Amino acid sequence: MGIFQKLTPEQFQAIGTELDAIRNRVLADLGERDAQYIRGIIRRQRQLEVAGRVMLMIPPAWPLGVAALGASKILDNMEIGHNVMHGQYDFMGDPALNSQKFDWDSADTAKNWKQTHNYEHHTYTNVLNRDHDIGYGLLRMSEEQKWEPRFLANLPLTVILHTFFQHFVAVQNLKLEDYLIYKTKTGEQLKEEFKPVWKKMRKHLAKDYVVFPLLGGPMAPLVFAGNVAANLARNVWACAVIFNGHFPEDVEQFPESVIKDETRGQWYVRQLLGSANFHGGRLMHIMSGNLSFQIEHHLFPDLPAHRYAEISPEVQAICKKHGLPYNTGSFFQQTLSTWKRIAKLSLPGRRKPGNGATVPANDAEQPRELPLAA
Amino acid sequence: MNTATTSNSFLKSGVRRLLSSRLAETLTTPHGVDRYLELFNPTWSVHEVRAEIVAVKHGTADSVTLTLRPNGNWQGFRAGQFVRLTVEINGVRRMRCYSPANSVHAADGLIELTAKAHAGGFVSRHLKTALTAGTVVTLSQADGVFALPEQRPDRVLLISGGSGITPVMSMLRTLLDEKHAGRITFLHYCNTALDMIYANELALIAAQHANVELIRCYAQPEQGGELQGFFSREQLLAAVPDYREATAFLCGPPAMMQAVEKVWSEDGLSERLHLERFTVAPLVIDSGGAEGEVRFARSERLAVNSGATLLDQAEAAGLRPESGCRMGICKACTCRKTNGVVRDVRTGELSEAGEQEIQICVSVPVGTVTLDI
Ligand SMILES: Cc1cc2nc3c(=O)[nH]c(=O)nc-3n(C[C@H](O)[C@H](O)[C@H](O)COP(=O)(O)OP(=O)(O)OC[C@H]3O[C@@H](n4cnc5c(N)ncnc54)[C@H](O)[C@@H]3O)c2cc1C
Ligand code: FES
Repeated sequence: MGIFQKLTPEQFQAIGTELDAIRNRVLADLGERDAQYIRGIIRRQRQLEVAGRVMLMIPPAWPLGVAALGASKILDNMEIGHNVMHGQYDFMGDPALNSQKFDWDSADTAKNWKQTHNYEHHTYTNVLNRDHDIGYGLLRMSEEQKWEPRFLANLPLTVILHTFFQHFVAVQNLKLEDYLIYKTKTGEQLKEEFKPVWKKMRKHLAKDYVVFPLLGGPMAPLVFAGNVAANLARNVWACAVIFNGHFPEDVEQFPESVIKDETRGQWYVRQLLGSANFHGGRLMHIMSGNLSFQIEHHLFPDLPAHRYAEISPEVQAICKKHGLPYNTGSFFQQTLSTWKRIAKLSLPGRRKPGNGATVPANDAEQPRELPLAA
Repeated sequence: MNTATTSNSFLKSGVRRLLSSRLAETLTTPHGVDRYLELFNPTWSVHEVRAEIVAVKHGTADSVTLTLRPNGNWQGFRAGQFVRLTVEINGVRRMRCYSPANSVHAADGLIELTAKAHAGGFVSRHLKTALTAGTVVTLSQADGVFALPEQRPDRVLLISGGSGITPVMSMLRTLLDEKHAGRITFLHYCNTALDMIYANELALIAAQHANVELIRCYAQPEQGGELQGFFSREQLLAAVPDYREATAFLCGPPAMMQAVEKVWSEDGLSERLHLERFTVAPLVIDSGGAEGEVRFARSERLAVNSGATLLDQAEAAGLRPESGCRMGICKACTCRKTNGVVRDVRTGELSEAGEQEIQICVSVPVGTVTLDI
C-alpha cells in the first residue's frame, strides 16, 4: 500500500502546516543576501559568456571558449532563467529580475515555459495526462502510461531528446503528438501556435549560428562549431538534471483522480513523492540551478533556490517524522536509475500494483488552495 | 580643447548609436545591451537614467542633500519638476519622488536632491543614514506640471513649507541664473530656524540681490524670522501686500497648502497659484458592495474583487507592479486596463469600460476588471 493511502487527513494537514511554516519563515527573511547572490551569479554568467564568445574566435583558446560559453548557457538557463521565471526574485522589484519580464537564452519563449513548466508541471507534478514533462509526449516514463509500439524507441528517443533539449522544450507547449499521433489538433492550429515560438527560435539561431560566426570572420566555422558544442553541452546537462529530478525508479506518478479536491497537504506530499534529489558540492548545486534539491524546489518553487540547501535538513526531518520517503542519491545513481526505468518501459509491462494511485477521502473543511507555482 | 570636446561627443554619439542598433540587440538577445554594459560600469545603460551619488551633505539635522551625476540618458528638467528615485533597501527596490533643487542651468550637469528624513519614513531615513558617495541609483526622466512657465512671469511669489522648499529653490536658482529682473518673494514656513533647509544660501542670495526678498516664518517663537506662527490672510497681506499681482508657486505640508489655496480661491485667483503636493490626505476607500473579479492577464492570476485599490489587490495576489507615491501623483503605477470600469478614489469618477491607461494606486474596480500585468 502506498504512503498516500496510509496518511490520515490530520497527518496531511500537519505536513502542510509544518511545510508552510518553513516557507513563511524564509519569505520573511528575503533580502539583501538573496539579491547579492543572484546578481553575483548573473555577473559571473555574463563574464563567462563574453569571455567564451571571444575565445571561440581564437583557435588555441577554442576548447576553453566552448567550456566558458557552455557554462554560461547552463547558468543562464538553470540557476538564473528557470529560477527567476519562477518569481523567486520578484520580491526585489527589479524589472531585470522580474518573472513577468525575464527571458532566457533558450529557444523556448518565456511565456510558453511559464505555461508548461510553472503552471502545468509544477501544479500537476507527475500526474498522468496533466504533467506533460512525463515523457514530453515522446517517451513512456510511467507504468500507468499505456504502451504503444512507438515506445520501443524509448531509449534512442531519449538520446535525441537530450541532444535537442532546448528545441523540444520550445515546442513542448504545442503538444505535437496531438497533431502527429492522436490527430486531435489540426495543422492550422499548430501553425498558429508555432508562430511566436519560431519568432524566438529564429532570433537565437541567428545569433548563435549566423551573426557571431560572421563576426568571427575567417574563424566563422570554428565559432559555429563552438556554438553547436556549447548548446549541446547545455542541452544534455539540463535534460539530465531534469530527468534525475522526476524519473528515478522510486519516484511516483499519479493518476488524474488525485487532483480532484486535493488539499494543500496532499499537494505537498505529491510533490515530495514525485521528486528526487541528488548530492553534490556547491558547484554541482549551482550548475544544476539547485535542482539537485528538486524536492525542496517542488515544495517551494518560488523561494530563491540557493536557500534549498539550508532548508533541506528541516524538510528531511518532516519526512522522517511522518514516514515519508526522501529520495536522494548520487548524480550517477539517479541517472542510472532513470535510464533503467526508460529502458524497462520501452517494453509493454504490467502496472506496478499499489503505488500511490488512489487518494483517501478528503477532509472537506480544507478549501482547495491555489498551488504555489500557479 | 574645443575640438577635443566635439570629437569626444562625436565618439559618444557614435558609440550610443552602435549600442542601440539592431546588431547590438541581436548579439545580446534576449538580455539586452544594458545587462552587458553593467559589467563594465554600473551607470552605463542605453535606455535607463542611472546616476552615481557624488556627494552627501547634511544641511540640517533631519535632512540630507544628495548630489548625483546622471548618465547620458538624462534629458534635464524644468525648474519645479520631480524625478522618481529608485534605491535598493535590503535587496528590495523602493521608489519615491524627489524634486531637484538645483538650477536647470547648472553647468556641471549634476542633480541635487534634498530629502527630509521623516521619523517613520522608510526611504527618506535610508537616504539620510545609509547612502554614501559611489552608490548608483536609478532615476526616471523629470515629470510633473509644476514648473516655471517657459514665458517667465515677472513678479514671482514662492511659498514653501518644510521639505517643500526643494522645487521652489530650483525655481529661484534658475531665475537668478537667468538674471531675472522682476521681483521675487521667497516665503518659507518651517518649525524653527535650525530646521530650515538652505537657510544660509537663501540669506546670502537675499543680501546679494535687490530684487529677491526672503521672508522666513517660524512656527516656534524665536529670534531671526521675519514672521511668526502659521499662514493666514492677514499675515500674507502684511508681508506680501501685492500678492495678487504675482504668479505664485506653492509646495508644503497639506494643512499649510490648504490654508494658502483657500485665500487664492476666495480671491478668485486660483489660476495664478501653481502647486505641488508631496503628500495628500489619506485616501478613503469604501469597499462595501465590491463585486466581480480582478484578472491579471499577463501573470495569469485571478482575484476576487476585495474593493481595495487595484495596486493593493495586485500586491495581495502576490504581484509586484511598479509603484511610487501610492496616491495618484507620480504615475509610476500606470498600467493598461484592457477591460472593465474603475472608480477614481480621489474624485469618485467612473472610467470608460474600454482599453486605457490607469493609475492603479487610485483606482478601485467596479465589477470585473482585466489588467495587463
Ligand atoms: C512630486 C513629489 C515630489 C517630492 N519631492 C520631495 C523632495 O524634494 N524632498 C522630500 O523630502 N520629499 C519629497 N517628496 C516626498 C517623498 O516622495 C516621500 O514621500 C518622502 O520622502 C517620505 O518617504 P518615506 O519612504 O521616507 O516615507 P514612508 O515610509 O512612505 O512613510 C512613512 C510615514 O511618513 C509619513 N510621510 C511620508 N511623506 C511625508 C511628508 N512629505 N510629510 C510628512 N509626513 C510624511 C507618512 O504619512 C508615514 O506615516 C515628494 C513627493 C512627491 C509626490
Ligand atoms: S504609485 Fe504614484 S501614481 Fe500610483
